[in-house]
Amino acid sequence: MTTALPREADPAEITAQHAQLTRTWGTGQSLFERLATVDHKIVARRYVITAFVFFVLAGVLALLMRIQLAQPDSHLIDPDRYNQLFTMHGTTMMFLFAVPIMEAIAVYLVPLMCGTRNISFPRLNAFSYWVFLFGGVMIWIAFLMNAGPETGWFSYVPLAGPEYSPGKRTDFWAQMVTFTEVAALAVAVELIATILKQRAPGMTLARMPLFLWAMLVTSFMVIIAMPAVMLASSFLIADRLIGTHFFNPVEGGDALLWQHLFWFFGHPEVYIIFLPALGMVSSIVITFARRTIFAYTLMVLALVTTGLLAFGLWVHHMFATGLPHLGSSFYTAASMMIAIPSGMQIFAWIATLWDGKPRFMTPLLFVIGFIVIFVLGGLTGVMLASVPLDLQLHDTYFVVAHFHYVLIGGAVFPLFAAFYYWFPKFTGRKLSERLGRWNFWLFFIGFNVTFFPMHILGLAGMPRRVYTYADGLGWESLNLLSTLGALMIGASVLLFIVNAARSLKQGEPAGDNPWGASTLEWATSSPPPPYNFMHIPVVTGREALWQPEPRQVLEGLSPAHREVLCTSALAAVPDIRQHSAEPSIWPFWTAIATAIWFIASIFDARAVLWGSLPVAVCLIAWMWPTPPRVLQQRTAP
Amino acid sequence: MKPRIVGDVSSLPDAAFSHRSLIWWGVLGFILIEGTVFVLAGGAYFFLMNHSTPWPPHRVPPELLLGTCFTVLMMLSEIPNVWADRAAHGEHLRQTRIGLALMTLIGLALMVIRYFEFQTLNVSWDDNAYGSIVWALLFLHTVHLVTDWVDTLVLTVFAHMHDLERTHFSDVADNCLYWHFVAIAWLPIYALLYWVPRMMK
Amino acid sequence: MSGRKHICAALVVLLAGCSGQQAALDAAGDQAATIGDLWTLMLWVCGFMYLLVLIFLAHAIWRARHALDAEPLTHGSGSRAEHPLRMALGGWVGLIVVGLFVLSLATFFIDRSLAQARTDDALKIKVTAAQWWWKVEYEGMAPDQRVVTANELRLPVGQPALLELHAEDVIHSLWIPNLGGKEDLIPGRINSLLLTPRREGEYRGQCAEFCGLQHAKMALDATVMNPDAFTRWRQQQLTPAPAPSTPEQIRGHEIFMSGPCAACHQIAGTPASGQTGPNLTHLASRRTIAAGARPYSFEDLRDWLRDPQSVKPGNHMPVVQLSDSDLNALTAYLDSLK
Repeated sequence: MTTALPREADPAEITAQHAQLTRTWGTGQSLFERLATVDHKIVARRYVITAFVFFVLAGVLALLMRIQLAQPDSHLIDPDRYNQLFTMHGTTMMFLFAVPIMEAIAVYLVPLMCGTRNISFPRLNAFSYWVFLFGGVMIWIAFLMNAGPETGWFSYVPLAGPEYSPGKRTDFWAQMVTFTEVAALAVAVELIATILKQRAPGMTLARMPLFLWAMLVTSFMVIIAMPAVMLASSFLIADRLIGTHFFNPVEGGDALLWQHLFWFFGHPEVYIIFLPALGMVSSIVITFARRTIFAYTLMVLALVTTGLLAFGLWVHHMFATGLPHLGSSFYTAASMMIAIPSGMQIFAWIATLWDGKPRFMTPLLFVIGFIVIFVLGGLTGVMLASVPLDLQLHDTYFVVAHFHYVLIGGAVFPLFAAFYYWFPKFTGRKLSERLGRWNFWLFFIGFNVTFFPMHILGLAGMPRRVYTYADGLGWESLNLLSTLGALMIGASVLLFIVNAARSLKQGEPAGDNPWGASTLEWATSSPPPPYNFMHIPVVTGREALWQPEPRQVLEGLSPAHREVLCTSALAAVPDIRQHSAEPSIWPFWTAIATAIWFIASIFDARAVLWGSLPVAVCLIAWMWPTPPRVLQQRTAP
Repeated sequence: MKPRIVGDVSSLPDAAFSHRSLIWWGVLGFILIEGTVFVLAGGAYFFLMNHSTPWPPHRVPPELLLGTCFTVLMMLSEIPNVWADRAAHGEHLRQTRIGLALMTLIGLALMVIRYFEFQTLNVSWDDNAYGSIVWALLFLHTVHLVTDWVDTLVLTVFAHMHDLERTHFSDVADNCLYWHFVAIAWLPIYALLYWVPRMMK
Repeated sequence: MSGRKHICAALVVLLAGCSGQQAALDAAGDQAATIGDLWTLMLWVCGFMYLLVLIFLAHAIWRARHALDAEPLTHGSGSRAEHPLRMALGGWVGLIVVGLFVLSLATFFIDRSLAQARTDDALKIKVTAAQWWWKVEYEGMAPDQRVVTANELRLPVGQPALLELHAEDVIHSLWIPNLGGKEDLIPGRINSLLLTPRREGEYRGQCAEFCGLQHAKMALDATVMNPDAFTRWRQQQLTPAPAPSTPEQIRGHEIFMSGPCAACHQIAGTPASGQTGPNLTHLASRRTIAAGARPYSFEDLRDWLRDPQSVKPGNHMPVVQLSDSDLNALTAYLDSLK
């Protein structure tokens, strides 16, 4: 460490450090080590795969619904099962797929993009995954045992209340919400701390990749929005289990309180899913256009504005509930205003492509598909923001079309783009480009065949959430068409799975930076080593890896124990060497205790009290500070 | 091309206080989450109030005595809390130990008062929506009180078992920060539970 | 139907602008027509914006055919196009703002005009939704002028109708697309909906808020009639049920009155006065049975009475075991309630 700086790293030193760092940060093969791991990449990989499995499951439910609706007066699926199907489809897609997968990809990428060795709170991160897994498994087991919720992913009271939904079905739903929100909130806190405190030296806020900006805004939105649904679901389960009256009009409660709380979460939720996708799109556009993003500052402003406006829109889900008209006009204006930042971003991406030298590979194809589909969904959103028009369109298939254009177009297409783009980083191998093109075109065409007709169905009077419809209303052909499109989407997703499975073994080796991208995750090997970066990168410009060679790095973080570099929040000046948590089994046990606590309280309200004791014990074991003796050993040479 | 090493961070400190520490940001994140919960629960209180006259429906607000005792003690606890915070920042071991022990005792006293406070609300959670929201608010605050008390207890035990390093003093300071939140969050809830019904008369 | 026929049919639906007896754009009333105009405006403005985006995107892709493997452009100011693109972005945002302004303004004025429509000469009707049917009550000058029916709404053409909306159990939403927008029926609250029909005809409404197991089969027959026909209908509805005349009808009448039927249903002029189920006084004059689950006919009614749970699973009408002859008699009696 006495050599004069700057200098070039010496190869022998690199080999030695690699061995030592791998010992310090690595995760072994034993079951215990796997359960105790706090490596953000391993946790994120589990998170992504689990969320993707939920995506496929929810997709299968959608296919079942489409098969039922392919013809009028169909008797394939009885109404009770159908209502469970659409409730589980929406619930799984929103709570177990869309939000978790976006956060999971962020858990993988954010530390790498920041140039740091692990996420800010690694044990909390491991805990988050287990809680998410247990919540998802619980609701799916309930569903497979014919105890799946059947009152819609929005669980409006009084339908979901104790009187009209007796039994345990809705209780499982409400607790699943608690599980997933705990998981999501934990990740949000980790991401904020990582982005603000662990950015590579020199990565000032003004040099932050847009994906990090998107995740920062998203995480703050999670923090403000998710408590609303946790509060609402707690009120609901209290009404159901211990006889409170939050939503019971007879005892002074109000059904609309539920709707306000739910949509105060539910609308920002859409943007919580959508903003990370925008971050992904920006990364991909920059890389494949080989041009820095057009109007960076405006893009950041657009993200922040979208995040703020998203909290002013929730009432547009409630225009038909008889609210005062003057108030509604405010929400119309706010809802329409969100088109301004969105429109700006769309322009900036196309402008970047227009002015760049684009290479049309699969990730970019999905991004173009995203633009074509999402803009249409955005425009129907403007229509729905208009109170009088909404009164015709609300709760019809027009809305089903609209939000699938926004969510599949705005989030799933970017997500598939992201899979193709980052798969080499995750696995070290590229996905097949040929299958990728089939995947894209089948998805793009299948999507439009499925969902475009739904606009017309809605205008032709078809309400949502109906398990069947009468013959003779003119809805037959379009419904059949829609079902055919859904089968195409199914085939496309299947193709993706085949592609991923094959490429994992036979894919073309990727190398560190196969696309010539500019962000820091491409500065390390693919897949990254357990410690992410041997030397902490120094960032000298907005497109870190496109700056003139050689790349600058810092040394001095201990290879012998887990340290991450903390930098100042705004200017990213190196500040302290922060200890990063060792692996621990306690997050896993805490998650088990939490699961017992939540599930037991469905069956016995007193479990709210006694169930918290094991959780407290586990938490104390988890959080117990490291004694000074150990600390001193650690810092000894 | 090989990267060029341009600096060495090994001389940087390995722990720091407040916004320089990672944990502090985590604590802040959770304060933000729970603050949002309180704000929304307060919003729900007003929402239900607007749909129900008279408020409370049976016209009997909670007894003032215990709630006010709790409030006074909670506010007084800020004095040792600030003192402990300063001791931690100054890395004074003995004062920090005393401060932590004091906060544990005060927390215990507060929880005892809180236990009886639940019995002077003059309403049960299953009487009506008013009772439900009153219990919900008090329960929510109690959860935070108990959580922070357990955290304080753990730190107290730990501080009396070991000498403390800077990172531990930083943990104590973060715990004091959280106590500020628990104390400050109580004031609007106290006003909602005890004074709003009296003003509605 | 063959696939080709389906596609043709789909095109027809597209071109016909969604006409039908439950179609939002096939306006038969003031409210639906006004909203239809707003829809047209929206479609043009949004369609134009969409076209602009697609043209820009297509041009970007078309330009890319000259793309070379050049060094990446790391700072925007390095591009000659940066400045013109900024100008274009300014123009684009300006266009969005103008578009939104026009649409917000249109929304505001249309919303206001709908809210301020005249209601002083309106026909007042109380609609109560329950799982899964509609109770419809026409207010009269005197209590004995009150008409009670179920799952059908008859309106005189040209006269505004002010619907007072109640819910018995869970939230429902009343939606007759040809006449106007929807409005929720919420327990513990009273909402209202104004409809001004302009074209005679038979339309169909449906519950639009998910309300449980049989949400799909909760329809409402809406008929817009000429005022004279409406008055005649109303007078006829005020009369008590006709007495059974044939022996079979008399037998059916006895089964109805002695069995569980009378506990839930009312038939004016008879001892049957249950209130939990639909009023059956003039059942046979309605277009459908069980809230649109089946068209009205003798056979469908008999099917329904034999096993309501197979026609509309989960509905609140229990199965009453009857012999075939009793079933025919009961159906014959109910079929006489014109």
